[in-house]
Amino acid sequence: MCGIVGLFLKNPEMEPQLGELLSKMLSTMCERGPDSAGFAVYGASEDGRTKITLQSAQAKEDFAKLKAALAKDKSAKLSVNDTHAVLSVPSEKLDDIKALLSSEFPTIRTMATGENIEIYKEVGNPNDVAKRFDLAHMAGTHAIGHTRMATESAVTTLRAHPFSTGADECLVHNGSLSNHASLRRELVRDGMTFNTENDTEVAASYLTWRMKQGMNLGEALEKSLDDLDGFFNFVVGTKEGFGVVRDPIACKPAVMAETDDYVAFGSEYRALAGLPGIDKAKVWEPEPATVYFWQR
Amino acid sequence: MQQLIGELMRTFDLAQSPLRELNEELHRQKDGSNEAHWEVINPRGGHAIAVGIDAPLNVDVRGSVGYYCAGMNKKATVTVHGSAGPGVAENMMSGKVVIKGDASQYAGATGRGGLLVIEGNASSRCGISMKGIDIVVRGNIGHMSAFMAQSGHLVVLGDAGDALGDSIYEAKLFVRGKVKSLGADCIEKEMRPEHHEALTKLLADAGIKDAKTSEFKRYGSARKLYNFNIDNADAY
Repeated sequence: MCGIVGLFLKNPEMEPQLGELLSKMLSTMCERGPDSAGFAVYGASEDGRTKITLQSAQAKEDFAKLKAALAKDKSAKLSVNDTHAVLSVPSEKLDDIKALLSSEFPTIRTMATGENIEIYKEVGNPNDVAKRFDLAHMAGTHAIGHTRMATESAVTTLRAHPFSTGADECLVHNGSLSNHASLRRELVRDGMTFNTENDTEVAASYLTWRMKQGMNLGEALEKSLDDLDGFFNFVVGTKEGFGVVRDPIACKPAVMAETDDYVAFGSEYRALAGLPGIDKAKVWEPEPATVYFWQR
Repeated sequence: MQQLIGELMRTFDLAQSPLRELNEELHRQKDGSNEAHWEVINPRGGHAIAVGIDAPLNVDVRGSVGYYCAGMNKKATVTVHGSAGPGVAENMMSGKVVIKGDASQYAGATGRGGLLVIEGNASSRCGISMKGIDIVVRGNIGHMSAFMAQSGHLVVLGDAGDALGDSIYEAKLFVRGKVKSLGADCIEKEMRPEHHEALTKLLADAGIKDAKTSEFKRYGSARKLYNFNIDNADAY
């Protein structure tokens, strides 16, 4: 199964409410994916700085050690949120920090990197996951959430969605891919790296790879219809964009809503029923093999 | 007095009471029930609303519903004043289900009787494996509709998607707009007087007055896949 929710705000006045709206949407999709959940929030950026969302199974010790290691360098800011932490660094120091993390902190994992994106994901009931990270109080321009019922690989934090394989990029998936093993080998040959055996990570990496070739998100999604085999509803976020695509068979459910204030995606209408102005929204089922893409 | 009670309407608020209570109450109603008119408010995309009714009730659902609304319906008239999720009126036996908005995939699947009217569009697999139900769609239908359809009628005033009527048996399909492609063993057939007559009745029953039967084409089975034939091996 799995449940997907997504909200792309067109009205900046709604940005303070983004987390609250998304957490309510996510909550309606608990039954579709009770084993783990995650969400990506595109929040405020700071000029010249990059955010790295980190996660650790022994967060307390690891983040304390990291804080100590960064103490000399006043430019790095670490803000801990339960098992995750957001490390904000001057963008020119990003490579040094990444090198430090991989050499000195092998138990700290990077969930996302970018100017705006933060990703939080954990095993457990989606309501509990949203609560422990206090999603309801997060602000931003757009956000994507996922509730997972695992079919393709184990239930772990790293295998929960969203997957991020490029700066400010993320992807969530409902379905299962059948050619992910062969595609992964091709991507590895071309220099892409993987953290899990999960099929969805291959899709995320595929889109990153296509965008590295110069395509925009819409073009990369268009191309994915030729190259990915299996069942999929993808909802994808970039720094300024929000995209949706369904495979040609389209057996996984999807419904969308658009008003002057927002574009929203839900696996079911239940996820959209609580949104402001939904009674007057344009509500439709996205067509199979058709790319939908919004950019601010 | 009896007559007056019979005209009373029961309102059920799904924001206040659980779905199971609604369906239990609806199942308790028998032929000649005094509570023949029901209104369901705040459906908010909930699943399995008004399934399994077995009495001539009128149920108005004010808003959009989720999966399997009015499934297995017998005798009742269920009207959704909104859109419906997957599997609306699945396996309907008799009665009438009206969707004022759009319907998601496999609307009316496996239905054995009754009339399903969709006033908006229906998505993929509309009427899949239908076994006697009549379906009238004012808008378009998606791909693989009427797949393995056995009997009954599917009427579409708009366009049909890919692979219409794939592996169809004896259901009759009438489409006014374009058909993107026909599925295996589905062909266009002549509109004979009895087809005009049947279609006239279906359009009238669905409350559609702005369509002429002469605007429709009929599609049905070429009957080439009924028995194994080595020349058709590619199509099996």
